Amino acid sequence: MHLPAILPWGVADGFSKQMLLVILSVVIIATFFLLAARKQQLVPGKLQFAGEMAYGFVRNSIAKDIIGGKDFMKYVPLLFSLFFFILVNNIYGAIPVIQLPSFSHVGGAYVLAGIVYVTWIAIGIKKNGLKYFKLATVPSGVPVYILPLIIPIEIISNFLVRPVTHSLRLFATMLAGHLIVMIAGSGIEFLIMQENILLKGTSLLVIAGAVAMYMLEALIMALQAYVFTLLTAIYIEGALHADSH
Amino acid sequence: MNQVIISAATEGETNPLVPNVWEMGVVLVGFAVLMFIVVKFIVPMFEKTFAERAEAIEGGIAKAEKAQAEASAALEEYKQQLTDARAEANRIREEARAEGAQILADLKEKAASESARITAQAHVQIESERQAAVVSLRSEVGTLATTLAGRIVGEALNDDERSARVVDRFLADLENQNAGAAK
Repeated sequence: MHLPAILPWGVADGFSKQMLLVILSVVIIATFFLLAARKQQLVPGKLQFAGEMAYGFVRNSIAKDIIGGKDFMKYVPLLFSLFFFILVNNIYGAIPVIQLPSFSHVGGAYVLAGIVYVTWIAIGIKKNGLKYFKLATVPSGVPVYILPLIIPIEIISNFLVRPVTHSLRLFATMLAGHLIVMIAGSGIEFLIMQENILLKGTSLLVIAGAVAMYMLEALIMALQAYVFTLLTAIYIEGALHADSH
Repeated sequence: MNQVIISAATEGETNPLVPNVWEMGVVLVGFAVLMFIVVKFIVPMFEKTFAERAEAIEGGIAKAEKAQAEASAALEEYKQQLTDARAEANRIREEARAEGAQILADLKEKAASESARITAQAHVQIESERQAAVVSLRSEVGTLATTLAGRIVGEALNDDERSARVVDRFLADLENQNAGAAK
């Protein structure tokens, strides 16, 4: 499934296109926001305004609205980095020639979900001590006789399934979108090469479908970056306020 | 493209859920670098601007409120001054009116006293003239009486007819004298 490496050329475990794109994304994000934030003025220019819109979106619409209170600022850097790191790496899939969402390779998704997993558990323990695990797995107000059923379910859903779904959701949508666009591309190529004029004509239908799928994919790419970040904020909020849940 | 698919198909065994460790490493390091830049530079820079902007807006609002308060205070002061000035004008007008009435009354009184004085003076003068006339008349009457008596005595008072003629002549003289004086 993985493309061969570009350096050294053709070796399976070498430096791949995906790695290059990941590094490039860090450069793109850092450059854009450093440029946007460089000449800070009270009345922003176009670039600064765009930067502030993007930053303000994560800061206010995700961090402030979900985590809220006084302590959301502490988590803005993580959420901000996650959102734009995933967004740029996903949008790669919609750019011709590059056409590879970095998270269609599962490794990156595992890493990010792992970072989030460690983070929210650490926050929970720091905030509530070891009692956090009891708070997170034993819901209040549930009859005692149901607890033997509830506790395993809570443990599995919170501590085992959550990081898996968190990472696989991102990976699977990116891989599926990538595959669909690839298959549509190959299908168009295959049909156009046919001698039969009617078969050749059907390629038009596939082209129309591919364009529609491409648009849908572009939407999903942005949406998944938002979903991943939003879920991170929700997990952190849950860990912060475990006692009131 | 076909070759890619073929090569993927021939690899076959690759499980998409098994990660490439090197890719994980790159993502981990890349994300760590990004986090560092974000924490160290990007977030502080944006937050600084946000704080400055909020402060500028709040400062502006405070300044505007202050100006508003000053303006309304000035307006209040002007209104007060206007009221004062009106009251002052009214007071002055009232005073002037009262003063005018006073002056008028004074003048009237003065005129009345003057006329009274003049009348009194005239009375006195008339009285003194009358006195003088009485005095001169009295002496004149005396003289006339004496003259008349002399005449009467000077004539022979032997008959009534003659004395009556004397008296008549005297009276005629007297009348003539009077007529001459009247001319």
